[in-house]
Amino acid sequence: MVRKEITDHIRSWRFAILIGLIILTFVASLYVSLSNIKAAIGNVNDPDHTFLYLKLLTTTDNSIPPFHIFLSFLAPLLGISMGFDAINAEQNSGTQTRLMAQPVYRDNILLAKFISALVVVSSLFATLALLMIGGGLLLTGVRMEPQELLRILGFLVVTIAYVAFWLSLSITLSIVFRQAATSALTAIGIWLFFTIFYQLVVNLVIRSFLPDPAMLTQEEVIRYNNIILNILRIAPNHLYTDAVATLLMPSVRSLGPLTMEQMAGAVPSPLPFKESLMLVWPQVSGLLASMTGCFALAYYLFMRREVRS
Amino acid sequence: MKDPIIQLKGLTKLYGSQKAVDNLNLNVDQGEIFGLLGPNGAGKTTTILMMLGLTEPTKGLAQVCGYNATRNPMEVKRKVGYMPDSVGFYDNMSAMENLLYIGRLNGIPEDGLQARAAETLETVGLTADRDKKTAAFSRGMKQRLGLADVLIKQPEVIILDEPTLGIDPAGVKDFLALIKQLSRQQGLTVLLSSHHLHHVQQVCDRVGIFVEGRLLAEGNMEKLSGQLFGAAGYVTSIALEEPIAHPRALEPVLKGWEDIEQVSVQENEIEFTCSRNITPALVRLLVENGYNITRVNQKNYGLEDIYQKYFESGIQKAGSPK
Repeated sequence: MVRKEITDHIRSWRFAILIGLIILTFVASLYVSLSNIKAAIGNVNDPDHTFLYLKLLTTTDNSIPPFHIFLSFLAPLLGISMGFDAINAEQNSGTQTRLMAQPVYRDNILLAKFISALVVVSSLFATLALLMIGGGLLLTGVRMEPQELLRILGFLVVTIAYVAFWLSLSITLSIVFRQAATSALTAIGIWLFFTIFYQLVVNLVIRSFLPDPAMLTQEEVIRYNNIILNILRIAPNHLYTDAVATLLMPSVRSLGPLTMEQMAGAVPSPLPFKESLMLVWPQVSGLLASMTGCFALAYYLFMRREVRS
Repeated sequence: MKDPIIQLKGLTKLYGSQKAVDNLNLNVDQGEIFGLLGPNGAGKTTTILMMLGLTEPTKGLAQVCGYNATRNPMEVKRKVGYMPDSVGFYDNMSAMENLLYIGRLNGIPEDGLQARAAETLETVGLTADRDKKTAAFSRGMKQRLGLADVLIKQPEVIILDEPTLGIDPAGVKDFLALIKQLSRQQGLTVLLSSHHLHHVQQVCDRVGIFVEGRLLAEGNMEKLSGQLFGAAGYVTSIALEEPIAHPRALEPVLKGWEDIEQVSVQENEIEFTCSRNITPALVRLLVENGYNITRVNQKNYGLEDIYQKYFESGIQKAGSPK
């Protein structure tokens, strides 16, 4: 079943288009970062300057955003496009009853949809990352730190979890809505809301509540800042950018504001991988939790759904 | 006598407050072709889905091949081939690929699969189109592929939901002949639902008439017409060359015939309702009395009449509380 779904994905046009898009951004951002890599590595003030491969992924000359920011926009689109018609297309073409009359469990149908899309996405990202590493090795001849490999793999895992979240969301929508177009538009609506409007709305609302910062002590300012950040973190793409930025830039040591006292003793040096991972653990688990939640909802709806309209 | 292969006991399904299927009892024996006949929305499809365990009955029991369909749908689905009313295929796959996919889902071992799929396609007469995409298939071809789909798992029972819907008359005839042949050759039990009487009449051993979620009557054709028209008896209508001037003129002639229950005269046509079949005697009598007969018609009730009658009474019953 998974095999058939994978074949379906690979053969479909929209998938080809999205892959093309992602590869294009990958190549573009890689090109930009390659042309700036010398400056980035030579910058001794930057504690991350020794991590050539991480720099490849994050350096930019501000003409285009770095790859991981691009992905935070594109990955949802990929997930949505793979999931938005998972169930309702089957229903509309009349294949669903035929499928269910076969001796397979109903949850297997849902699982097959989910897993096949995940397999395709994971292999796509794994290919891109390995290509990048290989290409970097060939072009620069610089030895790779094991830490860099781990960080890039971590980046992959987080990205896949991020896509998986959008995938499960769109599968849920495909169960709820009978028309593929409705579910696609709803999913894209949610995506737009989180990427563009959510921040605006939060800022607007906060501003009307927030007392004048000049009247507050520093501690209170920090507290309010943390509240705002936590509210922003409801958006999955915020979680994703947080997590990925920390993983790819080892010098990032906190995701919230730091006080002067906290900064005082700190040596501007890269964090070890484990510390970075600890730092983003809440983000990663948040992503995974929302993905699981969505999938559980999809599961519940699908199992309860009457076969006929 | 073996246990019936499909056993429905007090099956009831409620959608909200609406009764889709109402306390249905039905047995279908092995090797039989059973026709479930009813108008649209009578609950035929719901009944079938409950037999397959795809829908939970509100009350009652559906037992297929000795398994409880609600508790054990996997075993039932393994033995039952089901063709839904609007059968769909994956448009971007060829007929063969569609079939192979279903075969794999049924756990048919990979080494014999190709041969078996080819054989099944041969049976339903689609060998020439095996590599065509199903998007290009006509309705009739899709139905055939649907049947192949059902047959590849070598089921014990075939359930066809409106199999004749949307195919042209020649196609219907072929299709039904195919079903009948398969059933006879392989001893398959077939349950088919339809609102098309002629189709059902052609192939079914037994028919159940289903209106508003209730099984109104069940049995073979003779039994059904007996049940319905038993009271009405045998009807013979005789057309004469000239209109009968005085209906009363016949009265003395017919007196003493105890079998005749009712006589109605309409211009030059007389209709006799009798408790026995006495058509030859009637003809002789009329000829002897100097009437010229142009046509004799003995009424045989087809499924259509049966259906019509039940359908009418069903509607009346349903309509009265409103």
